[in-house]
Amino acid sequence: MPADNKLVLKVANLTVSFDEDKIIEDLDFEVREGDVLAVIGPNGAGKTTLFKALLGMTPYHGDIKWEDGIRIGYVPQRMEIETDVPLTIREFLRLRGSENFSEEKAHDAVRSVLLPEEILNFGLGEISVGQRQRILIAWALLGKPRVLLFDEPTADIDIRGQESIYQLLHHLQDKYNLTIILISHDLNVVYKYAEKVLCLNRQKICFGSPQDVLSPVQMQKLYGGEHAFYHHFGHADGHQH
Amino acid sequence: MTDILPQLIVGIFISAAASLLGVFAILKRMSLVGDALSHVALPGIALAIFFKVNPFLGALAFLFLSAFGIWALEYRTKLSVETIVGVFFTASLAVGALLIPQLELLEALFGDIAKLSFNDVLVSVGLSAILIAVLLAVHKKLALHMVSHELSSSIGIRSKQLELIYLLLFALGVALGIKFIGALLMGALIIIPAAAAKNVSKSLNEFMFLSVLFGVSSAVLGVYLSSLYNQAPGPIFILVGTGIFILSFVWRALIGRQR
Repeated sequence: MPADNKLVLKVANLTVSFDEDKIIEDLDFEVREGDVLAVIGPNGAGKTTLFKALLGMTPYHGDIKWEDGIRIGYVPQRMEIETDVPLTIREFLRLRGSENFSEEKAHDAVRSVLLPEEILNFGLGEISVGQRQRILIAWALLGKPRVLLFDEPTADIDIRGQESIYQLLHHLQDKYNLTIILISHDLNVVYKYAEKVLCLNRQKICFGSPQDVLSPVQMQKLYGGEHAFYHHFGHADGHQH
Repeated sequence: MTDILPQLIVGIFISAAASLLGVFAILKRMSLVGDALSHVALPGIALAIFFKVNPFLGALAFLFLSAFGIWALEYRTKLSVETIVGVFFTASLAVGALLIPQLELLEALFGDIAKLSFNDVLVSVGLSAILIAVLLAVHKKLALHMVSHELSSSIGIRSKQLELIYLLLFALGVALGIKFIGALLMGALIIIPAAAAKNVSKSLNEFMFLSVLFGVSSAVLGVYLSSLYNQAPGPIFILVGTGIFILSFVWRALIGRQR
C-alpha cells in the first residue's frame, strides 16, 4: 500500500466522554484511500463509540477530519427487531430514502451482497442474522459510499458465515474501490483482511500493519492476561464497546 | 341515517388519524405512552371548564406541554419514558377526576359526539387531515428511526426533531379523539386497530392500510350501533375494535402469515 494514497480521514486528539467517564482518550490515527483498517480491543474499549464519533452520532472533543463531501456507509453490529415486524426487505431498503429508488435498484442491491432476489419479499425479522447483516451492507451500499464502517457482530453468526461476510467485503472493496474501517473481535480476520490495525483500549495501544503490531507483547498490553491470542466468546446478549 | 352523518364523518377522520399514529406507536413499542398521555388532557379540560373556554383547547394545551415535557426529559434522565409517563400522567387522571364537575367528567372520560356543531366537524376533519398528511410525509424517516435509530442517525436524520414531531402529532390525535371517545378510551383508539393490523400484515404498507381500515370500520360501526341503541359510541367502538383484534389473532394463529 503506497503511503501517498489520498488521506480520507484524519483523527487528532479525539476524546469522547460520557458524564465523567472517558471512553476514548486522546486518540490519533489516519486512514488513506483504499485502506482496510481493523479496530481491535477488548470489550468496553471504545470501539463502537469510536464509530459513533466518526459518524457524528455522539459528541466529542478533538478533530475528526473526513475528506470533503465523502459519503460514508455504516453497518451496525446488530439490529434489535421483533421477528414479526411488518416490514419487508424491499420496504426497508426503500426507507433509506435514496434518490430515484426503484425496483431495479432493490434487485441490484440484494444481488450485490449475493442474496437471492426473492428475499426482497421476506420480512426483515424473518431472515437469518447472517442474511440480515448482508442486507445491512446492501442498505449501506445504496448510499454509494466511498468509506464503509463495519461493526462486526460478536455473536449469533457462525464462523463460516462470518468468513463469507469478509470474503464479500473483500469483493465489494475491489468492485467499488471502498475504504473500509472495521471493528473485529477475531484476529484471524484481521491477519487475513486488514492492511492496518488500530489497537484500542481507551487509548491507542498500537497502530500499523498486522504483522508489525500484533506481537505477543502488544496483545498482552491490549487484552491483559497471558494469552497472546485473543479469543472472543460472544455473549447471547448484545453489548456496547 | 342523515342525523348521524356529522358523527360518522368526524368518527372516520379521527379514527383514521389515530390508527395511523398507532402503527408508529407499535413499531416503537410505546403503546403505554399513548394510553397515559391521554389522561393528561383531563386537568386541561378541568381548567377550560373553570375558565369557560372550549375544553378542546384546554386539552390540547396540556397535551402539547406534556409532549414537550416527555421529549425534553427523555434526553435528560435515565428513566425510561414509560416510567415517567406512567407515574406523572396517571396522577393527571386523579387531578382531573377531582376537578372536573361530575356531569362533564363522564363526557371527558368516555366522550360524547351526540351534539356536534358544524364548527366541531370542520375543526375535527381539518386537523385530522393535517395530522394524516404530516404523518405520511415523515413516515419513512419515522419508520426507519423506530426500527433502528442507529441507521437513521447514520444517514443524518435528526432523531430529536423527528421524535418531537411524532409526539406533537400524537398529542394532537389524543386531543381530537377526546370528544369522540373520551380520555379513558383514547389510548385504545390509537392502539387497537394497529395491534390487530400487525397480526395480519407482513409489510409496512399493509400494516398502515389495514390499521386505518380496521380503525375506520370500528368507528363507523361504533357510531351506527350507538345511534341504534342510544349509547355513547366510545365503548362500542372499543368493543368492535377488540372483536377485530381477536379475529386477527385467531387468523394469525390458524393461518399464520405465510403467503
